Amino acid sequence: MPTRKERLAMSRTAMPTRPADERRNDFEEVALGFDAGAVVTEASRCLLCRRPPCVDECPVGVQIVDLIEHVAEGRFAEAAEIVAADNSLPSICGRVCPQERQCEGACVMGRKRDPIAIGAIERFVADYIPPAAPAAETTGHKVAIVGSGPAGLACAGDLARAGHDVTVFEALHELGGVLVYGIPEFRLPKSVVADEIGRLEAQGVAFETDVVIGASDSLDDLLVTHDAVFIGVGAGLPRFLNVPGEHLIGVFSANEFLTRLNLMKAYEPDSETPIIDIGGLPVAVFGGGNTAMDAARSAVRLGAGSVTVFYRRSDEELPARREEIEHAKEEGVVFELLTSPLELRGNDEGKLTSVVLQRMELGEPDESGRRSPVPLEGDTFETDVSLAIVAIGNAPNPLLTNASPDLEVGRRGTLVVDDGGATNKTGVYAGGDIVTGGATVILAMGAGRRAAAAINEYLVGA
Amino acid sequence: MSFAILATEPLAPQVTRFRVSAPRVARSHRAGQFVIVRVEANGERIPLTVSDADADAGWIELIVQAVGHTTSVMAGLGAGDELPDVVGPLGRPTDVEAYGTVAVVGGGVGTAIAYPAAVALAAEGNDVVAIIGARTKELVILEDEMRQVAGQVIVTTDDGTKGRHGFVTDALADLITERTIDRVIAVGPIPMMRGVAEVTRPQAIPTVVSLNPIMVDGTGMCGGCRVLVGGETRFACVDGPEFDGHQVDFDILDLRNRAYLEFEACHRQEPSDAHA
Ligand SMILES: Cc1cc2nc3c(=O)[nH]c(=O)nc-3n(C[C@H](O)[C@H](O)[C@H](O)COP(=O)(O)OP(=O)(O)OC[C@H]3O[C@@H](n4cnc5c(N)ncnc54)[C@H](O)[C@@H]3O)c2cc1C
Ligand SMILES: Cc1cc2nc3c(=O)[nH]c(=O)nc-3n(C[C@H](O)[C@H](O)[C@H](O)COP(=O)(O)OP(=O)(O)OC[C@H]3O[C@@H](n4cnc5c(N)ncnc54)[C@H](O)[C@@H]3O)c2cc1C
Ligand code: SF4
Ligand code: SF4
Ligand code: FES
Repeated sequence: MPTRKERLAMSRTAMPTRPADERRNDFEEVALGFDAGAVVTEASRCLLCRRPPCVDECPVGVQIVDLIEHVAEGRFAEAAEIVAADNSLPSICGRVCPQERQCEGACVMGRKRDPIAIGAIERFVADYIPPAAPAAETTGHKVAIVGSGPAGLACAGDLARAGHDVTVFEALHELGGVLVYGIPEFRLPKSVVADEIGRLEAQGVAFETDVVIGASDSLDDLLVTHDAVFIGVGAGLPRFLNVPGEHLIGVFSANEFLTRLNLMKAYEPDSETPIIDIGGLPVAVFGGGNTAMDAARSAVRLGAGSVTVFYRRSDEELPARREEIEHAKEEGVVFELLTSPLELRGNDEGKLTSVVLQRMELGEPDESGRRSPVPLEGDTFETDVSLAIVAIGNAPNPLLTNASPDLEVGRRGTLVVDDGGATNKTGVYAGGDIVTGGATVILAMGAGRRAAAAINEYLVGA
Repeated sequence: MSFAILATEPLAPQVTRFRVSAPRVARSHRAGQFVIVRVEANGERIPLTVSDADADAGWIELIVQAVGHTTSVMAGLGAGDELPDVVGPLGRPTDVEAYGTVAVVGGGVGTAIAYPAAVALAAEGNDVVAIIGARTKELVILEDEMRQVAGQVIVTTDDGTKGRHGFVTDALADLITERTIDRVIAVGPIPMMRGVAEVTRPQAIPTVVSLNPIMVDGTGMCGGCRVLVGGETRFACVDGPEFDGHQVDFDILDLRNRAYLEFEACHRQEPSDAHA
């Protein structure tokens, strides 16, 4: 065991990553993960703080100290059980959590040196899947889960373990929500998501794809055949810029661009779904979140001539995970900060050819606490673009809520719930992006688990 | 889950009627709604209107014109084959009220899409006049079915081989001078729907058109089906597919539907008949 002083002297173990020149030509995973040696070395840097701030900042309270202590001793299987107690999707969260703003952001090691690579450690131990706890005796209660994103999956897992008869209904033809149609393979391999779903199936969770609740069946239909319903339909309604030219050929929402690539596998030669040919051509991405990074990096992989991210604030405010921003830069994505699109222009065939942008500066902080961008009067410029991807966020998908007018909906179209996720309708619970608006995998997962606890209480008492 | 094809019936060259087992869709379906279908692994998701449904028996019917890869592969399927995915019913149902006399105008395979609306409107007590048009005699579909629900059926062909020589728009222009038409529903190729909207605009006859933009998910998630209606962006899969024909920007719809022409040209198995 290294002494405290030795620990402080060690530097963070680098995540093995495929070289940018190689990875920008394919859709394979970029970050390769630690091996057993690296994970033990990294874990042995942890100070095992008595009052660990890292745990406070993990939205689901993973027992990080306990986890890392076991990893440092090479007791990986036990470490996996510790993670699984709080996190139902550790192999996913280890990859996609914005760690620098959560666990790792609070790590005391980060003050003088680099924070412990908690996400990478978690990702490693997730391979040592604890045996599924035997389900409690069947309760005979039936629960319907609407939506197979992280919120629905987490809720389904806990309810199945409690002995309930759980069916997940998914509108698309594949399971996983944003994890499969949004986040690309190079960041989160589909096989990782499929493994998680396979585990739930092994626990007895039933899945039905191609069912749109609110269209194929109503919420009330579900309540006839089930004792409780959890709604985890996400925030899948793309926002557009509302600038002239947004209907031109070559202008996509990030959702459409990423869905064509990820869900429909448009980059594979035998896929029937087309994607616009951008070989050698300039691509613009509007926005600065994870979705924008995923779109930009996907465009690189499709062979774009150049890919530029236009974001209206500065580098510091970019909402994407830091790792994705760094990876994007390594792959050649250019960032034009403090710019905002005014108009998209096209040719006679209706094809996008250029974008006119407004330069911005940062003004006073707004309600979000971030300094709001203000146009620099008269400072505009035009640049050639053949493909533009709008990644400025998603609003809650109104399909289900419109079809169920008795559900209480907030100002932004989100569902109104109490702490346990109960809606105003008896037996109906909700969580994830449909309640918070576009957020994170870990928050959706946490909400799914809280709702599972509340549903269990509702069905069988405390 | 997969969806068995129970029966098929050729209606015209390149046009086939499929009866498919899809109990959920059959139970919830209303006139004007569609399903998204996948025909093969790695296949595209394509929208197809439900032309008929039987809730008790659990089947729906689809009338499909082979225009490109996916629809051509589907045309090769028969009873006993299965479709991997059928999801719906999607989109808003046709508005069906007692309007008086309603002209239901179908161009090409659009007649199949308009047919359930004709049935629903007749059931609501409307006097339905059906105008069904095609390029040539063999392509006229659903004439007998339309006669069951419509008080008057006018057939037009571009080449004059059957019914009236000319376009459905010519027939409609005459019709509205002959009798009072309270509402028009038009489904067909874009130039035809645009033409219908122009015919009815001077008299401001309420005119509903069913738009066919390119779709992916069909649930409002991708925005690929966005159309400009009355200056506002709407998603055809959830806000439509039916819109006020006098408000639709057909130029933009036409442009956007050409987005993948080059890609489709490489994938095409049969000559295209889409713009008949
Ligand atoms: C491109 C992209 C990248 C992202 N990157 C990250 C990241 O790196 N880290 C991170 O933490 N978060 C990231 N996020 C955010 C994160 O993915 C979401 O916060 C999370 O997936 C929300 O989970 P959810 O279960 O609430 O909904 P979703 O994952 O959206 O799942 C909802 C599911 O419900 C289905 N559905 C919708 N309506 C119905 C209906 N009526 N009937 C049946 N099914 C229905 C949908 O098809 C979908 O499968 C990203 C999001 C996007 C779009
Ligand atoms: C709401 C809705 C309902 C529809 N209902 C029916 C129906 O009941 N029966 C039917 O036969 N067709 C219907 N269509 C059209 C059908 O979806 C297309 O013909 C199909 O997607 C073409 O796929 P493909 O792979 O065979 O052809 P592709 O190779 O993709 O395209 C071949 C040709 O069809 C054109 N095309 C592509 N997509 C569409 C589209 N969405 N609409 C019109 N033309 C298109 C292309 O420009 C090209 O000329 C409907 C479309 C919509 C949006
Ligand atoms: S779940 Fe996310 S925030 Fe929590 S410890 Fe793991 S990586 Fe950190
Ligand atoms: S704050 Fe950092 S050093 Fe302290 S226990 Fe957490 S991970 Fe270890
Ligand atoms: S088809 Fe994707 S939003 Fe309509």
